[in-house]
Amino acid sequence: MDKTWNNRAWFMVLPVLVLVAFNAIIPLMTVVNYSVQETFGDNVFLFHGVGFFQDVLTSERFHSALLRSLAFTAIILAIEIPLGVAIALTMPNKGVWVSVCLVLMALPLLIPWNVVGAIWNLFALPQIGLLGRMLNGIGFDYNYTRNPVDAWFTLVLMDVWHWTSLVVLLAYAGLSSIPDAYYQAAKIDGASRWAVFRFIQLPKMKRVLTIAILLRFMDSFMIYTEPSVLTGGGPGNSTTVLSIDLVKIALGQFDLGPAAAMSIIYFLIILLLCWVFYTLMMRNEEQ
Amino acid sequence: MSENTAVAPSTTMPRAAAASAAARSGSRARLGWLVPTIYIVFLMVPIYWLLTMSFKTTNEILGGLTLWPHKFTFANYQTIFTDPSWYMGYVNSIIYVTINTVISVVAALPAAYAFSRYRFLGDKHLFFWLLTNRMAPPAVFALPFFQLYSAIGLFDTHIAVALSHCLFNVPLAVWILEGFMSGVPKEIDETAYIDGYSWPRFFTKIFMPLIASGIGVTAFFCFMFSWVELLLAKTLTSVAAKPIAAAMTKTASASGYQIGLLAAAGVLTIIPGAVVIYFVRNYIAKGFALGRV
Repeated sequence: MDKTWNNRAWFMVLPVLVLVAFNAIIPLMTVVNYSVQETFGDNVFLFHGVGFFQDVLTSERFHSALLRSLAFTAIILAIEIPLGVAIALTMPNKGVWVSVCLVLMALPLLIPWNVVGAIWNLFALPQIGLLGRMLNGIGFDYNYTRNPVDAWFTLVLMDVWHWTSLVVLLAYAGLSSIPDAYYQAAKIDGASRWAVFRFIQLPKMKRVLTIAILLRFMDSFMIYTEPSVLTGGGPGNSTTVLSIDLVKIALGQFDLGPAAAMSIIYFLIILLLCWVFYTLMMRNEEQ
Repeated sequence: MSENTAVAPSTTMPRAAAASAAARSGSRARLGWLVPTIYIVFLMVPIYWLLTMSFKTTNEILGGLTLWPHKFTFANYQTIFTDPSWYMGYVNSIIYVTINTVISVVAALPAAYAFSRYRFLGDKHLFFWLLTNRMAPPAVFALPFFQLYSAIGLFDTHIAVALSHCLFNVPLAVWILEGFMSGVPKEIDETAYIDGYSWPRFFTKIFMPLIASGIGVTAFFCFMFSWVELLLAKTLTSVAAKPIAAAMTKTASASGYQIGLLAAAGVLTIIPGAVVIYFVRNYIAKGFALGRV
């Protein structure tokens, strides 16, 4: 659509700008403030420069937390995106079942995040939880509060349970916007099922899939509530992802400086990756 | 991008559905229903588990594995509905979620219109900046938010939580609404202006009814993200505006470990979402598809 050049449009954007700036810029500046100042309590602050940033960037603890976050995000994307597309492709296309599927699939998305954690916490308890008892019953020595591998397994399973539906909904929306002429043409050409997917469905889903990947990347990289309720970062530090570590430092130990420096680094990583994504997407769209 | 996505849902949905049905019918069609069915069963089992536990006594839960409640009890629900520190949690959550949804949609409407109709200085940067706030980890903002809202005297009020949730809901609302608005041809605006409509009158009388479903979808997503978010809601409240999900943490600490009570409270938090989702079931998928980054 051709857009008119009109700088007075700024007035329409103004309420949003004020609202978001109030919530984003003031707290962000507070964080920046903390990150460069040392405090010994009593509201006495000393300028500390980039010291905290250096500490955080060179600390073993930060590296391992970052690594865990990246690993978690990679696993989540590798499972949820293909699974979500596969489910969307096999969804019914018409009739009452579409509504039934959509409502039931969207249900996990609307459960408060700490309730999700609580559900899985109870569901996976080795002695009295259904999942825990089942896994132990078929011969696994499963205990997510003791064994790091089990904790990761539970965490990933919980996230797949919680968020795959988002990918399904998006992919399904992309699929249902494909005009039937495309399928007719494919039929005339005698295209195989794979060819239909590769050359019609996948390109048409590209845009919604980009949104799906972007949303899943951001949310899985920022995940806090669910793992903190499920495992609390344990056993040991094995599921302490970045945000859990951050809250431990900021609220647990009350080390504001390092926590603030870590917040900023954390935010910058997300921002950088999303910016790369955003520019790539925009370039694709302009073509 | 706008021409193929914006027009598609209203005009081609049924046709496309029929077509892809035709394309997919074949040898696979008979077993195709298996995948979504298995997936839905996988989704429902933990919820069923929560539901059964909410009807069990604490003794039965701790006593071992039972697939359904042998001693069926409503005691857990009774506790929640008679104890104000429990049920007020629901009231608080619903109050701030509603305030947030209204603020987000009302503020986002004119902004989304500006983004969909006009080019202006710095518009693309502004749009990206708005989106970056959707990316801000709440863990980063928890402490500064606490200080900010304490400083302006709003700590432990519903409005504080509602305003803080605007951080991620307003950008989301702008994003979704802009997609819907770009699907409305510009000629409609121009005709209305020629007919002598002022902008506010045109916007409320003609334009908003045209994108009514878009507004519904946006409200749904604002409701959803405000309802499920807890870190900020918990940080910004202590007693008066405490959300239900924060009240749930007390079962583990104050009065021993009452799993049944926790399960009942959990079941009750699912209900509002389920009700809302039922009403917008035909629009959910559309809302995501039309939003553009």
